[in-house]
Amino acid sequence: MSVSFVRREMIAPQPAPSNNTGPIAWARRSLFATPGDALLSVLAIILLIWAIPPIYNFVMPTFFGGHAVAPGGTVEDCRALGAGACWAYISARMSFFIYGFYPPAEYWRPNLVFLFGALLIAPLLIPRAPFKRINAILFFVAYPVVCFFLLNGGVFGMRAVPTEQWGGLLVTLVISMVGIICSIPLGILLALGRQSKLPIIKTLCVMFIELWRAVPLITVLFMASIMLPLFMPQGTSVDKLLRALVGVTLFSSAYLAEVVRGGLQALPRGQYEAASSLGLSYWKSMGLIILPQAIKHVIPGIVNSFIALFKDTSLVSIVGIFDLLNTVQAASSDIDWSSPTQAITGYLFAGIVFWIFCFAMSRYSIFMERRLDTGHKR
Amino acid sequence: MAVQDNLAGPPRTAFYNDPVIRGILYQVLVGAAVVAFFTWIILNTAANLAAQNKSTGFDFLFQTSGFGISFSLIPFDRSSYYWEAFLVGLLNTLLVAAIGIVFASMLGFAIGVARLSSNWLIARFATVYIEIIRNVPLLLQLFFWYFAVLKAMPAVRESFELPLGIFVNQRGIVVPRPMPDAEITWVVVAAAVALVGAIALVRWATSIRARTGHYPQGVAIGSRIAGLVVTFVLGYLAFTLLGSVIPALGNVPYLPLLGGLGLAGLSLTAYGFYGRAFIGFAIAWAVVRFLLGGMFGSLPELLIVAISLALALVYGWTMLSVERRPTAGDNKFPLALPLLIIVAVPALVYWATDASLAFEIPLLERFNFRGGMQLVPEMVALVIGLTIYTAAFIAENVRSGIQAVSKGQTEAAASLGLREGDRLRLVVIPQAMRVIIPPLTSQYLNLTKNSSLGAAIGYPELVNVFMGTTLNQTGKAIEVIAITMAVYLTLSLSTSAFMNWYNARVALVER
Amino acid sequence: MSDMTSGAAARAINTANMTVSQTDVAIDVIGMHKWYGDFHVLRDIDLRVMRGERIVIAGPSGSGKSTLIRCINRLEEHQQGRIIVNGTELTADLKRIDEVRREVGMVFQHFNLFPHLTILQNLTLAPIWVRGIPKAEAETTAMHYLERVKIPEQANKFPGQLSGGQQQRVAIARSLCMQPKIMLFDEPTSALDPEMVKEVLEVMINLAEDGMTMLCVTHEMGFARQVANRVIFMDQGQIIEQNDPDAFFSNPEHERTKLFLSQILH
Ligand SMILES: Nc1ncnc2c1ncn2[C@@H]1O[C@H](COP(=O)(O)OP(=O)(O)O)[C@@H](O)[C@H]1O
Ligand SMILES: [Mg+2]
Repeated sequence: MSVSFVRREMIAPQPAPSNNTGPIAWARRSLFATPGDALLSVLAIILLIWAIPPIYNFVMPTFFGGHAVAPGGTVEDCRALGAGACWAYISARMSFFIYGFYPPAEYWRPNLVFLFGALLIAPLLIPRAPFKRINAILFFVAYPVVCFFLLNGGVFGMRAVPTEQWGGLLVTLVISMVGIICSIPLGILLALGRQSKLPIIKTLCVMFIELWRAVPLITVLFMASIMLPLFMPQGTSVDKLLRALVGVTLFSSAYLAEVVRGGLQALPRGQYEAASSLGLSYWKSMGLIILPQAIKHVIPGIVNSFIALFKDTSLVSIVGIFDLLNTVQAASSDIDWSSPTQAITGYLFAGIVFWIFCFAMSRYSIFMERRLDTGHKR
Repeated sequence: MAVQDNLAGPPRTAFYNDPVIRGILYQVLVGAAVVAFFTWIILNTAANLAAQNKSTGFDFLFQTSGFGISFSLIPFDRSSYYWEAFLVGLLNTLLVAAIGIVFASMLGFAIGVARLSSNWLIARFATVYIEIIRNVPLLLQLFFWYFAVLKAMPAVRESFELPLGIFVNQRGIVVPRPMPDAEITWVVVAAAVALVGAIALVRWATSIRARTGHYPQGVAIGSRIAGLVVTFVLGYLAFTLLGSVIPALGNVPYLPLLGGLGLAGLSLTAYGFYGRAFIGFAIAWAVVRFLLGGMFGSLPELLIVAISLALALVYGWTMLSVERRPTAGDNKFPLALPLLIIVAVPALVYWATDASLAFEIPLLERFNFRGGMQLVPEMVALVIGLTIYTAAFIAENVRSGIQAVSKGQTEAAASLGLREGDRLRLVVIPQAMRVIIPPLTSQYLNLTKNSSLGAAIGYPELVNVFMGTTLNQTGKAIEVIAITMAVYLTLSLSTSAFMNWYNARVALVER
Repeated sequence: MSDMTSGAAARAINTANMTVSQTDVAIDVIGMHKWYGDFHVLRDIDLRVMRGERIVIAGPSGSGKSTLIRCINRLEEHQQGRIIVNGTELTADLKRIDEVRREVGMVFQHFNLFPHLTILQNLTLAPIWVRGIPKAEAETTAMHYLERVKIPEQANKFPGQLSGGQQQRVAIARSLCMQPKIMLFDEPTSALDPEMVKEVLEVMINLAEDGMTMLCVTHEMGFARQVANRVIFMDQGQIIEQNDPDAFFSNPEHERTKLFLSQILH
């Protein structure tokens, strides 16, 4: 038998047999591959056919063929038999959901805060955007100060608006922003402390981190709102919002510290050795070499803990602060708009708002993860 | 210059530049600052308490509470002590946590596996579930379940009636109350013994199988008989269901019995897969028809029958065309036997001891239900909310655990000739579980901590009963908060102790 | 990368047992095509492997070498044509697939040892659970093969504790424990440091000397010259040229083969 063979003519690629491509092949592969799959697919399709029309009808206004009451509708429409979501109610109370009891004449101030925030955050999140350092300083230092004076007023002829009147999405954003901005430096310090070789500092940091991570946020908020006034010298009164802010910040800094620690531990030893062989002092080697790399690596983790923080802000409603969830909850007993779907529409609305923020953040975290991954390979 | 320096020995560093001294200095400074801070706080607190004429101490625990708790596992009333209130809260926390953990694990594992399913629709369902649930605050979800769903249920008079004598109304869910007689104890004992026995049997058979290469003769035969019984039961069920769909068949006497026997006989031959496909077809037809009938009641009967028939035929056909698995050999894992033991032994005891397990079906009277068991809506909402929320996170852990086992592992196992079940049992699951268990434990801990949100919907768990009511009544802020936090701290520390132990035990040995 | 001067050539080969059967067909691939979606990855492959043959498959990356040998134990499914292994045709039938896989060993580029099991457990897993061999006997066999790959002292370690070369030798021993009739190798040495390549090739040469039917995807041309009785060159999913090693290396005919050889042998 001779084994010698040389191909004289190359075989051109041929189209796949029809039972390998096209929608039918796709369906067979990804829907009906095995009997179990087939059964599950059938049940899933039945479920979809059953569930989608009612959901669609509930959510979509009449204009799109649904049964929901579009913004501008009346409460009578919402009370009608078979009416879907009462979007009219949401639009009517929208300013309450966004600003709480903030005086309407002063809405421009929170609006300005929103605008500045968006303008500062967007370039901070885009990896390519220039002026990162200035941008970060503006956002982490200047912005909070400006916001405080804008919102609180009492200066430059702006009317004072006490924090009791802040509410809605505004407060949700304020709490999460303050939580984020304050817990980053605190978390980094704690992480460095936990990694430090100095026993007292290490012990203190470990205790701090483990305590806050062990207890539920709601107990921290209770503690902040009840104990903080006790801890202060007699006669000082601590603003209610401030108490919640303290609680949220302590809580989230402990979680952030663990994320940053992960980044510190993931750095190869060589980086630490290189830094100290350059003769840099501890703070310089940390600040210039170690931290920038460690933090870059854990950006996805940091974003994920912000998602958690953002969701957790809803807990401040338990200690009586009017965040987005609490305004929705409060408005749901508004008799002017009482209808069978009032409460559920409110929750739907709040859910959508929270979802948009959190989903956007989680996509961003995935985006950064991919970017960092490829950065590694190069 | 240089020479002189060298002669003079190493250059002296200023003492504050010596790293060791620096470290000590830092620590002393920080330590002093912390001590000063705490002293300041303690002094302030003492002054504040003195000004409010409040005392400190834990003696309040032994005072009568004077309040009632809507739901409690131990007897509690207004004359009970505060420490009993604490206990009630703690038990209620642990109760929802335990229930939630069981359900969230089941749902989470199912969804995590579904997420990786090759079935496009199922994988999509799982993804959508996870992305929605993870990105909405738990508290909002709890409000939704409690206020928008359970509280929006009809009043007691117009309760929804679900199958099996379950009623849903504003005041919660009323389920039949099991009314066991004395003999039922034996059935429970038998069930427990059967479960333990079945597990022991499987382990024993497996070890024998590894040592000698064969399952013990008795187990192999038992497994075949069990397979026959299971086929018979399924066949019986299939013909019964067919009879309910096709009235003409329903009238044939002894059809299920004969059909079941026939199918069991068929399963002994090489054509057993036809029988299995038939059973699958019949059950799928009945189930799909039932579902369609329930979901689209307005469609004409004939149409529903036709659609479900078509779907069931597709199902039966895939079952026939896709695989004709080898019939049970004596080296197949004897799964049918333990299953049969677990079911049959208690059933036999039930029948033999003449035990009876009656259910007290709740009965609607003028204003409320008589009989049955009332599940409070707060607890139902909390369990639903915690389960659904935590399951999304568990699903992600499960998914990444499974993905952590590289495809090469399965391929290597396959290329050695291991069957699919063995590949999973011996190669994939042991590796995936190592990755899954640590984050899973912390999800369990999270669920337990999150159960404190029950306070917001009025479920009497620890935070609600103790940090809420007790603290309000006694004003003992420091003590109450300290005790509550200590509870969670204990739970958390024991969890991490477990995780350290587990990680050390299963850590893959590396160079 | 490495040419004929590399490691393996150091000793003479004992050809006593290296006989190719004239009648006994081990693998028969007839007019086989495979597509990944719309991508035609294997085109009209015809390949008959007789019992006792040692075939080396070479070709540029992406030419479909791995896909071809993965089709032979049905880690990948083909869409047209036939594959018959040890007289069993590969179809969707799971029973037949398992039958074939039991008789065909495979060694992967990245070893794919089971990291949660000791070396000994890695070796006995399949004999116990697939063949139903008693544990003690399976362990004896395992130790025998560990001795053949010269690492019996590692039996109770975990894969993570071994070097790459040792792991690959364990992987070969693991396949051999099933006493396969055919061995498939997918670039067994290309994930290894140069000094470890030799120890793995040595094991493969021993195997060839015992008369094993082997199908190796490899770029170790020294190995091919010494051991193979046939070299197959693939490109763009098709067999471009095949010949006995002497003719293949000294007198390649197809342009692509020449180009490839000039690159790989410098
Ligand atoms: N699972 C897969 N899905 C789609 N394409 C694949 C897959 N595996 C391999 N391919 C493609 O098939 C071609 C042949 O791959 P392979 O057999 O691995 O090549 P070789 O082993 O010769 O380097 C490559 O172009 C590769 O990109
Ligand atoms: Mg390859």
